[in-house]
Amino acid sequence: MGGVSQTTEITPRPPAEPIAGASEAPRIVARTTAVDAVGLEGRAAALATRSIKRDAKLWALDLTIRSIDLTTLEGSDTTGKIVAMCAKAVRPDPVRPELPSVAAVCIYPQLVPVAARQLDGTGVAVASVAGGFPSGLGPLEARLQEIRDVASDGADEIDIVLNRSLFLGGRYADAFEELVAAREAAGSTHLKVILEAGELGSYDRIRQASMLAMAAGADFIKTSTGKIGVNATLPNALCMMEAARDFHQQTGRRVGVKVAGGVRRSKQAIQYLVLLHETLGPDWMTPELFRIGASSLLNDVLMQLEKERTGSYSGPDYFTID
Amino acid sequence: MTERLEVRRTAKLYIGGAFPRSESGRSYEVTAHDGRPLAQASRASRKDLREAVVAARAAFPTWSGAAPSLRGQILYRVAEMMEGRRGQFEAELADAGAADPARGVSASIDRWVWYAGWADKLAQVVGATNPVAGPFFNFTLPEPTGVVGIVAPGDQALLGLVSRLAPAIVSGNTTVVVASERSPLPAVSLAEVLATSDVPGGVVNVLTGHTSELVPWLAGHMDVNGLDVTGVPAELLADTERSAADNIKRVHRAPDADPFDQAARSPYEITAFTEFKTVWHPMGA
Repeated sequence: MGGVSQTTEITPRPPAEPIAGASEAPRIVARTTAVDAVGLEGRAAALATRSIKRDAKLWALDLTIRSIDLTTLEGSDTTGKIVAMCAKAVRPDPVRPELPSVAAVCIYPQLVPVAARQLDGTGVAVASVAGGFPSGLGPLEARLQEIRDVASDGADEIDIVLNRSLFLGGRYADAFEELVAAREAAGSTHLKVILEAGELGSYDRIRQASMLAMAAGADFIKTSTGKIGVNATLPNALCMMEAARDFHQQTGRRVGVKVAGGVRRSKQAIQYLVLLHETLGPDWMTPELFRIGASSLLNDVLMQLEKERTGSYSGPDYFTID
Repeated sequence: MTERLEVRRTAKLYIGGAFPRSESGRSYEVTAHDGRPLAQASRASRKDLREAVVAARAAFPTWSGAAPSLRGQILYRVAEMMEGRRGQFEAELADAGAADPARGVSASIDRWVWYAGWADKLAQVVGATNPVAGPFFNFTLPEPTGVVGIVAPGDQALLGLVSRLAPAIVSGNTTVVVASERSPLPAVSLAEVLATSDVPGGVVNVLTGHTSELVPWLAGHMDVNGLDVTGVPAELLADTERSAADNIKRVHRAPDADPFDQAARSPYEITAFTEFKTVWHPMGA
């Protein structure tokens, strides 16, 4: 390991490609099967009661750290804050170099060069939101240019938003075309499509949007922006995981799932890992195919690890403030 | 007309202003001094204790930031609410075997009032302006220590608890109380009083259960800043103090005096869980 902390060793996958033309988008939506809402919520609630202890818990906490996209998306983000966050991303606990780094930092486009400089050679990826985050309703050409810019500034991963206005208005072909254009603009970078599940209104809509985004060439589908009241919930995430499972069965392509917003406690993260394991299986239990967008979660995981190590409950005073 | 079924209270925990059962689902039987079964009390687990500390920490900024006079008013309000439930407290103390329940309740209410009066006087009495050789205005002020764990004494289930709790919260600390294991019901009733006295949720959290099970976790918890060990059993005391030293908690126990006696109440019981901050303020020439 030398003096450098352990990297997460994410093997880059080749970027996904659209599997259909825009004219087929309405058919993709129409073909999507309906979701049994009661069954979905029941299953999510039942899986959330699983008790994960000791060795399994330590393993889950380790995977949680390796799957975190350490995120700050505030208008008040400064260069200094990004530098500090990058340091934390590489080495979450300064006194425990044996802990893994997180998967990526997730930031606004203007700060990408700062993060790219800080994280060069560390194995931690730079993810940037782009494409008119969080609404995705700016002029199309400006949004695409933003995606090209962050890609050339050194972002490894780009989180774009689905155009909910077009999607919910029934203009599936237009929404699909925008996603395909974004896919093309992103080039070889990893593309995550944020569905903003809290705005879609029903599980049927979430499943349809998942299918549309995956068909348009998303490497990842992501639950939320974190900018509205409803963030990632267990049933929403389960709905998207089931969509990813079915898409894999139909096309043979593995699409990742990212939960974001409102995941603050280790217990929640472990619940998502249980859903993931039970829905998509061990193949998906890797940062290549599962991410958690979070900021305060990391300290909670560190506190849990400290408790497992020392036998005493720890407190927020002993970890870096973020 | 059928005979009416009695509606009996379930003795629950008090965490963050809510009354949950133990997450473990456990309970234990509470008996009167003569062996009569009284109730099933919640038997808190270490996870309940962890939640209680989280609630206490969350309540700390608001409570410690409140104006001292407001804290005083709220403590006085606690006394008022206790007066209204006097009958219930007296019955519970009688069950616990108190020689004179009415006197115990009166003394407990009076103790709240006594400490309530200190709220806006503490800084004036124990603070100071210090003469220094230099162009500085130098003053010292008490500040609350933070989250304080209180292991309530096993006997004197009400007065003993109030005498530990009131001085801890009057200065702005928030607390996690481990109630008397043998007689937890007065503490449960006190929690119900606190919930209706404008004391913000989380300032006092009350856990009932086995003292020996909870104390090690409380003593070792790194986010607890002070520990009142008055009710810690003698055989656990050394280990408790050793664990408490890990994050240099302030450790304190009640003065060795009859709780009814004047010597059992003192401003030094308040300063046991305060820190002193000294400020050097430059003065013009």
